[in-house]
Amino acid sequence: MTLASGHQTTPSPIAPPKNLKRSGLNILGWAVLAGLLAWSWEGADMRPMALIDDAANMGQFAAGFFPPDFTEWKMYVDEIFVTIQIAIWGTVLAIVLSIPFGIMSSENIVPWWICQPTRRLMDAARAINEIVFAMLFVVAVGLGPFAGVLALWIHTTGVLAKLFSEAVEAIDPRPVEGIRATGANALHEIIYGVIPQVLPLWISYSLYRFESNVRSATVLGIVGAGGIGMLLWEYIRGFYYAETAAVIILIIVSVSLLDMLSQRLRKLVT
Amino acid sequence: MTAVSVKNLSKTFGKTNKALKGVSLELEESEMVALIGASGSGKSTLIRHIAGLIPGDNSQSRIDVFGSPIQTNGKISKGVRNDRREIGVVFQQFNLVGRLSVLTNVLMGVLGRASSFRTLLGIFTRAEKKLAMDALNRVGIASHAAQRSSNLSGGQQQRAAIARTIVQGAKLILADEPIASLDPASSRKVMDNLERINREDGVTVLVSLHQVDYAIKYCPRTIAMRQGEVVFDGPSDQLTPQFLQQLYGSESVELLAKEDQRELVPENTGPEPAEQETEGRRAFAYAAG
Repeated sequence: MTLASGHQTTPSPIAPPKNLKRSGLNILGWAVLAGLLAWSWEGADMRPMALIDDAANMGQFAAGFFPPDFTEWKMYVDEIFVTIQIAIWGTVLAIVLSIPFGIMSSENIVPWWICQPTRRLMDAARAINEIVFAMLFVVAVGLGPFAGVLALWIHTTGVLAKLFSEAVEAIDPRPVEGIRATGANALHEIIYGVIPQVLPLWISYSLYRFESNVRSATVLGIVGAGGIGMLLWEYIRGFYYAETAAVIILIIVSVSLLDMLSQRLRKLVT
Repeated sequence: MTAVSVKNLSKTFGKTNKALKGVSLELEESEMVALIGASGSGKSTLIRHIAGLIPGDNSQSRIDVFGSPIQTNGKISKGVRNDRREIGVVFQQFNLVGRLSVLTNVLMGVLGRASSFRTLLGIFTRAEKKLAMDALNRVGIASHAAQRSSNLSGGQQQRAAIARTIVQGAKLILADEPIASLDPASSRKVMDNLERINREDGVTVLVSLHQVDYAIKYCPRTIAMRQGEVVFDGPSDQLTPQFLQQLYGSESVELLAKEDQRELVPENTGPEPAEQETEGRRAFAYAAG
């Protein structure tokens, strides 16, 4: 007896009937999406034909980028280092602040009247883009990298405090109770019971934020807050496309290298 | 001197879930007492109340340990942190910090006494380290001191937890199902250690168990609970299978299960009186399966 004939002896089970309500909702979902796209067409000034009509223009524009001009590469590299240095300080200062703020916005550690205000404060720090903070700090402390550091510091604190507190809220409460039962105080509970549990995640989040801060720092210069962005903006505004191309290539290379490095480090801790 | 005194303690979880119903009991100093009962009978809940980790219902009740109030009428005393130093708690799931070394975990026993500032920086004196190593030596795991505690077996972790209570200098050890997640050989080692600390140091021990054979072997006195009430308090040798059948009915099967028959233990199908016990049951089912 073959397998196939064996199958035929038992009738195959009947597929469940189509769920009309589900398929109705499905159609509705697609209709809503189509409606949204149509509604946004005008506002977003969608002109796909321009891509074809102006193809010659764009080809000329793109050709201007080639070959990239690396004659000033030493200066570019210096500025990239400044950019990375801005990211380092912005991130480290943010980590220092995020530890207390992260713990203060964890529901399982502090009462709601500490947790809620801290969270709202962090929301505010996070809601506003680094670029906006950079513009404000350029006014306050003057043009240059320090304004960039301050901008990254504030914004990153908002992000990291939230991520840190999410890690804290996911801990196993039993070791903490074990420490409490010895007569230790609340700070002991945090240092010996909470932080060892969340440390790998905290390190991983911090490295990830460092990566994105390097990326953010490359554009902070556009508003005058130091780094490679300043140079980039000057070149674009002055139609120096060959130099622009060189700077962009250097940014891509250095950001990719740092991403790879930090990814390695993150794998080490988790 | 009275080590533990519980008077008329009740605890309700949620609105109707009565985990403890007017429990009263007294332990004398240097006693070793077993607390038995099926899953969900309120053993863990009672122990957590005595340790001052959760408050009882807002009714006329009080718990004192060595004459000092832990909680009164459902309110945990202000100075409970000082009293907790005298009370070492051993948990079913060991409650060690897995990523820290065994030694650091045991050193945490000094946190309640040593200067806060120094210990917050993670600095321990040579004398404290010696105390911890001696304690580890006593429970037989000194050679594992440098390892991460999560790398130890369950039985070794539980002995580390006992070492922590030694370092703490606890005069009372509350052990909440200390052997429920352990294999028989580890269970005996843990119980032997508790017995020795009781005998050699005169430490009062209250140990909750759900197997009567361990209670009879290690503890002269047993307190039996059922559905949040104390149903028996007396010499352990009175706990014959017939008497348990009388106390617990069909639940007695669980209590009488020998080590090698744990997989035969039926799941308790009744409502769960205490949410704390759910954890224990899951771990127990895991250990049994």
